[in-house]
Amino acid sequence: MLKRLRESKSMQGTFLALPTTLWLFVLLIIPLILTLIISFGKRSPDGNVIYTFSFDNYIRLFGYSTNCANGQASCFDPLYVQILWRSLTLAFNTTVLVITMAYPLAYFIARAHPKKRNTYLFMVLIPLWTNFVIRVYAWMMLLRKEGAINIVLGTVARWLGIDFVPLELLYTPGAVLVGMVYEFLPFMILPIYTSLEKIDNSLYEAAADLGANSIKTLLRVTLPLSMPGVVAGTILVFIPVMGTFIVSDLLGGRQVILIGNLIQRQFLDARDAPFGSAASLILMVMTLIVTYFYTRKFGFGEEIIVA
Amino acid sequence: MNPYKRAPLVIIATILTYIFLYAPIVGLVLYSFNASKANVVFEGFIPAYSDTTVMEGSLVKSSPCGPFHWYCELAKNGDVTEAAGNTMTIAITATIIATVIGTMSAIALQRYDFKIKPFSQLSLYIPIVIPEIVMGIGALTLFSQFFGWANDFFNLSGSARLSLGMLTVTVSHIAFMVPFVTLVVQARLQGFDKSYEEAAMDLGANEWITFRRVTFPMILPGVLSGALLAFTLSLDDFVITFFTNGPGSTTLPIYVYGLLRRIITPQVNALSTVWILVVFSAVLLLQILQNRESKQH
Repeated sequence: MLKRLRESKSMQGTFLALPTTLWLFVLLIIPLILTLIISFGKRSPDGNVIYTFSFDNYIRLFGYSTNCANGQASCFDPLYVQILWRSLTLAFNTTVLVITMAYPLAYFIARAHPKKRNTYLFMVLIPLWTNFVIRVYAWMMLLRKEGAINIVLGTVARWLGIDFVPLELLYTPGAVLVGMVYEFLPFMILPIYTSLEKIDNSLYEAAADLGANSIKTLLRVTLPLSMPGVVAGTILVFIPVMGTFIVSDLLGGRQVILIGNLIQRQFLDARDAPFGSAASLILMVMTLIVTYFYTRKFGFGEEIIVA
Repeated sequence: MNPYKRAPLVIIATILTYIFLYAPIVGLVLYSFNASKANVVFEGFIPAYSDTTVMEGSLVKSSPCGPFHWYCELAKNGDVTEAAGNTMTIAITATIIATVIGTMSAIALQRYDFKIKPFSQLSLYIPIVIPEIVMGIGALTLFSQFFGWANDFFNLSGSARLSLGMLTVTVSHIAFMVPFVTLVVQARLQGFDKSYEEAAMDLGANEWITFRRVTFPMILPGVLSGALLAFTLSLDDFVITFFTNGPGSTTLPIYVYGLLRRIITPQVNALSTVWILVVFSAVLLLQILQNRESKQH
């Protein structure tokens, strides 16, 4: 056995890769299979799983309800479809906002003097490395009725002589959007910066020599060449936004329920693991479909690893 | 033509974005010095030092630690020190294991051919393309189903019963950390030609010596940055820990989340500030080390 291991290159490779591959198989792939099996099951009255083979959980997720108001046996209940749609649109809006905010900053850093670039990047990393939960808390404090944003608005209103009633900013869809943008902005800045930094300065000079103005240079040179960074950043932002439940939990309160909140509550409060598993698989399929079509259209850059 | 010229609009947008990034953090730090225990409005700094804490309603008038009252309270808080200990234990253990097996698989994937290679490579991308919550509830399902079965089968009772805890959190952390280590080390290996190793072998070195004297020194920077990335991922993780922790394995993010849903005193802000300072010094140290290394070459 040992002798064969010493001689066979293929066995050495298998041996080296085995711990990681096994670990990922047991903790990522088997759980996915289990989730799939349980999603066809039913909840027992005491909150355990009854193994059956039915699509009831999926049908329920897409609006079929037996809990109807006017005595009907079944009806359409849009609750869960609305949650899915809300999660998708929020992830889309967050990604668009994050791109528009990250791009100028990434461009600024990429076009800065090489000696200063690291410092600017470092300044992006600090908030990123502050804990996720703590960052949500920071926004809870800012958005509260007594928070800094209302204080600033109140002061401005007093200068202008306008009556000011503190705004209810916390526990609104807007608060969730701001929180999501804040959480994931650095994940967009880093890959866009990586691809912008690769653009050779002579390309800008050539564009200028050929008479392109700055807008034309941006549209014809900078943007196309930085697309791999935008694509990588979009994947790094869109997927986690779809699944996050803390931001909506703490900044949205009961107002903004996303698919992440739905899954979490099914597992921990309602103890309906089969329905939670079905929701979780739908979430996974939705993100995989979006990622697949998006990367097929724009390609899958190496920037994702650099970030 | 100045190559570093940027449009004024770009500069304004950059400044605004940096303000957006830092304003919440500044607020967080400021409120950690709040004299008001209710922490709703900033009532000024704690003005004086005294032997015992003097309160007037919810206002702290003086304290043995003066303005740093909440930091002292934090150090005295047993839950926080326990959670901090758990966080570090999990992060260090998981980082060591993930770095070792992640590096091994990076070498295998980059330098060897074997049957399960495509599968090994593909499985690395799972944590990148699948939302964390899906992995979290997957791990929870795995553990609860397996533990339920094992407890019944072996008729375990009392403290022998298997349940969620430090071990399940650590094992799950390793699962999402390993791919990042492997991908970083793999990227580093890609930059080096196989011929270095082949030359060593031609000169009579066996596999182990080749690894120790040639391959390992080449990939060491990659291994270290992979380990650091894995470490920070573990420290920062909320979702996976949330679903796989049990009694006695509360980490700091879980602890903070628990507090936020109940009562918020300036202690939470003090904890956040300490956290930011620790991270800031770690990143700064790393930056200095990297600069030094790049100057040497």
